[in-house]
Amino acid sequence: MIEQVAEPLPTGGFEKVVLELEVNNHPGVMSHVCGLFARRAFNVEGILCMPLPDGRRSRIWLTVFADQRLEQLVRQLERLVDVLEVRRHGADHEVFVQLERFFQ
Amino acid sequence: MMTMTGAELIVRLLEQQGIETIVGIPGGAILPLYDALSQSKTIRHVLARHEQGAGFMAQGMARVTGKPAVCFASSGPGATNLVTAIADARLDSIPLVAITGQVPLAMIGTDAFQEVDIYGMTIPITKHNFLVRSAAELLEVMPHAFRIAMSGRPGPVLVDVPKDVQNQLVTFERLPAPAESDPLPPLDETAIAAAARLIDEAERPVLYLGGGVIHADAAPLAVTLAEQTSMPTTMTLMALGAMPVDHPLSLGMLGMHGARHTNFALQEADLLVCVGARFDDRAIGKASQFCPEAKVIHIDIDRAELGKIRRPDVAIHGDVKAVLQALLPRVRAQLRKRWLSHVAGLKSRFPLVLEGREDPRSHYGLVQAVAKALDDEAVVVTDVGQHQMWVAQAYPLRRPRQWLTSGGLGTMGFGLPAAIGAALAEPQRTVVCFTGDGSLKMNIQEMATLAEEGGNVKIVLMNNQSLGLVYQQQNLFYGKRVIASNYRRPTDFVKIAEGFGLEALDLDRSEHPEADLAAILRRPGPALIHCSIERERFVYPMVPPGAANTEMIEG
Repeated sequence: MIEQVAEPLPTGGFEKVVLELEVNNHPGVMSHVCGLFARRAFNVEGILCMPLPDGRRSRIWLTVFADQRLEQLVRQLERLVDVLEVRRHGADHEVFVQLERFFQ
Repeated sequence: MMTMTGAELIVRLLEQQGIETIVGIPGGAILPLYDALSQSKTIRHVLARHEQGAGFMAQGMARVTGKPAVCFASSGPGATNLVTAIADARLDSIPLVAITGQVPLAMIGTDAFQEVDIYGMTIPITKHNFLVRSAAELLEVMPHAFRIAMSGRPGPVLVDVPKDVQNQLVTFERLPAPAESDPLPPLDETAIAAAARLIDEAERPVLYLGGGVIHADAAPLAVTLAEQTSMPTTMTLMALGAMPVDHPLSLGMLGMHGARHTNFALQEADLLVCVGARFDDRAIGKASQFCPEAKVIHIDIDRAELGKIRRPDVAIHGDVKAVLQALLPRVRAQLRKRWLSHVAGLKSRFPLVLEGREDPRSHYGLVQAVAKALDDEAVVVTDVGQHQMWVAQAYPLRRPRQWLTSGGLGTMGFGLPAAIGAALAEPQRTVVCFTGDGSLKMNIQEMATLAEEGGNVKIVLMNNQSLGLVYQQQNLFYGKRVIASNYRRPTDFVKIAEGFGLEALDLDRSEHPEADLAAILRRPGPALIHCSIERERFVYPMVPPGAANTEMIEG
């Protein structure tokens, strides 16, 4: 109702990072995860998801730009009931590098 | 082995969870569940008049008891009508389990009659949600729903159950155990020791309590910490009642409509001990200028809150009660004479002025006259707007869970149904619902529910013929260009209340307003008390938009 004043969101100049998420495998999990990024105006640059061999869990790989909100966003991810673990890797992680040829 | 329908299983699990009252409205897609509920011997159903009312009644029950409460709604519009109450529960961390009917599984996604994707719609406003795909899943989903709602930082959970799943037969060996809260996170001894050191070394510490203190039942410990270490204590809107407002260490509420001395004391603090609060913009004003000289200790059960707005010097992830228990023996008892006498000086130089407090027909006077007629056992509920801030400033709140208000979402229409819920859960208490004419109209249909249930709810209506807080802001910050904030035609609220079957008192026409008010408040049963308030009464002091908390304006 009254203007809420905050510092403007940072733009550009941030490093890419790769996030690896272990999640429960059932419909709706992707919505929970992607919705969280969208709500915070966080652009997900790349996304890859496959079920793990046991079929009960999936692994989601994401590339995002690491601005200063990332640490808090990761905590919000960890708060999701279906997210079991979040690991952070550098942008050079091979998972997306190997995929590049499908996007040429 | 047991065999029953999904609907019967839900009812059994709710009974087993100890649920005694469910509020809701039936409709096509949830009829099997209602049919099963009709056979329950322990659960009573309260029929709301609008699903939003049902959601807020459940919230009222949860807010006074601290236990998860349940509401039912049908698919489509029934479910979407719950959305506001669910979002409100999320922002104020209220444990709620909302169960909605859904069109049959095979029809999902076909734009069937009364179909909406309530699962998708409530992802961002629930702590977690479920779309149940088989009756067998209910054996896991229902206990999970309660466990999630009440564990850690509480919150709302939605369970969407397609109609055919409600009718499906399921066979199982035994019912799952009732849900219990997850174990508390382990104590971070290192951080607690660091926090104790900071508190011992501080010269001008302030304790800043949030709603988490209420949720964790930690208010007495917080008061002990304040007393042991001579820490002046401020509370957010959500934490009012955690420390009695007339406690010598209480600074009352901070923020946009807090007292000037409160915001000044915070400005000078060299240590801020934040317990179960989240640095909300209404509480702290301009974040970069809040407590500029203070180191910060932040204690919260939700790790995502630590460092969200203000980077703490010591962050303690944990249950507020457990952390305070561990902290208390480690901090030195000390009397900070200089700081306390300085704060006392601020208090006397910049007091909270309650204009017209002697007149029971003025805004502050009415609040205080109501308080005078009741004791601390009463529950105080508000709607949202000017009256909410006047009550927050002027009602002598002294007990955790005495105060129910929509803090985070600021939902007009919260008051009446939340008050009914509080009266349903704790019928021995008087529940007073302060409201405004704008707010009351947003869920006025629940007067019918109130009359039917006969709860001991007293609606105190401050009627200024306007959306007062909007009117105030247009006057102060939009060049007095008043648009869409005044009601041109008066409403006869007394007649309306009587039409619904409530007793009504019009203070405007009363010859002995104080005596009449006290009499109606002390008579059991539902009632409306109407009082006209001048439109030009504004909420002061006030931090203007975008300003620091120390730049407050007065009327």
